Amino acid sequence: MAPLVGWHPHETWDWLSRSPLLGITLTLAAYAVGRWAHRRTGSPVLQPVLVAVVLVGGFLLATGVPYRDYLAGAGFIGFWLGPATVALALPLHHEWHLVRRAAVPVLTGVVAGALVSITAAVLVTRIAGGGRTLQLTMAPKAATTPVSIALSTQIGGLPALTAVLTILAGITGAVIGPWVLDRLGIRDPRARGLALGAASHGIGTSRALHEDRTEGAFSALSMGLTALATSILVPVVLLFL
Amino acid sequence: MSDLPVLKGVLVLLACQLAGEVVVRLLGLDVPGPVVGMVVFLVVLRLSRPRPSSSLVRGPAVLLDHLQLLFVPAGVGVIVYLHELRADALPLAAGLWLSWLLGLAVTGAVVASLARLGRK
Repeated sequence: MAPLVGWHPHETWDWLSRSPLLGITLTLAAYAVGRWAHRRTGSPVLQPVLVAVVLVGGFLLATGVPYRDYLAGAGFIGFWLGPATVALALPLHHEWHLVRRAAVPVLTGVVAGALVSITAAVLVTRIAGGGRTLQLTMAPKAATTPVSIALSTQIGGLPALTAVLTILAGITGAVIGPWVLDRLGIRDPRARGLALGAASHGIGTSRALHEDRTEGAFSALSMGLTALATSILVPVVLLFL
Repeated sequence: MSDLPVLKGVLVLLACQLAGEVVVRLLGLDVPGPVVGMVVFLVVLRLSRPRPSSSLVRGPAVLLDHLQLLFVPAGVGVIVYLHELRADALPLAAGLWLSWLLGLAVTGAVVASLARLGRK
């Protein structure tokens, strides 16, 4: 007769490392730690997304769980980026009276920003010694992740690396964006929000929403318009570069 | 049942994204579905002018509060590319941060100067 209770650490780990439960729990726990650290220290460097990526990444490297197994669960969390993008209409609605009056500066700023971002991404990567694939991977990185990934696929870059670069651009904006804007003497909350959304998409917008209502609304607007402008401009700019 | 408004609000967001994704595919547009969904939701908000206690406000507010969480899974992909990132560290770092800085500065400066002109 088989014993009632046994000890099966290997089978248990085999099951757990492939289970969606691990990826979801790990991601939420790491994010909770990130929020706690951010609140506790008030440091802009400790953005919850940055803390969580380091913690989860470190866990996967230490345990050898492959990234695609992690995504089996974490993919459910990434899915909500779509509805969250839709939700950005809310701050836009709240500040609509300001948005409507600023239509010309907004459109000019976003188009100029997207052109400069794409051109500089390709040229600087090339001058610093990056091959064509890397240049194409870098080109769409200012647009928010679902868009930059789709564009990277379309033009022949490495979509997963584009996703990583996009997130890094976002984290950079959340960590030092407002500080850089202070140094540049840009104080108008509308200009600050548009700049953050144009360079650092949703992650920059999450910082802008915490800074100021108007800044957050313009950042959300900028993120949406930059996604549109980048989709249209990347293929055009690449004709010339 | 106090969480029902949040549930309803999230349902509206999903419906707007669904509408966006379907429209984009039906018309063969080169625009991301969620961005069209955002426009759809903005129209809904402009027409209905919901109160702060409404599901149309409380559902989206929950997602926006935790926006950074949603980027974590894609960000963790960095570990898959550690090797490439190390081999091409210079072009990747220079390309990423210089173009980030230029995009931020140009957008901010253009909007700030145009907005100043508009006020005069």
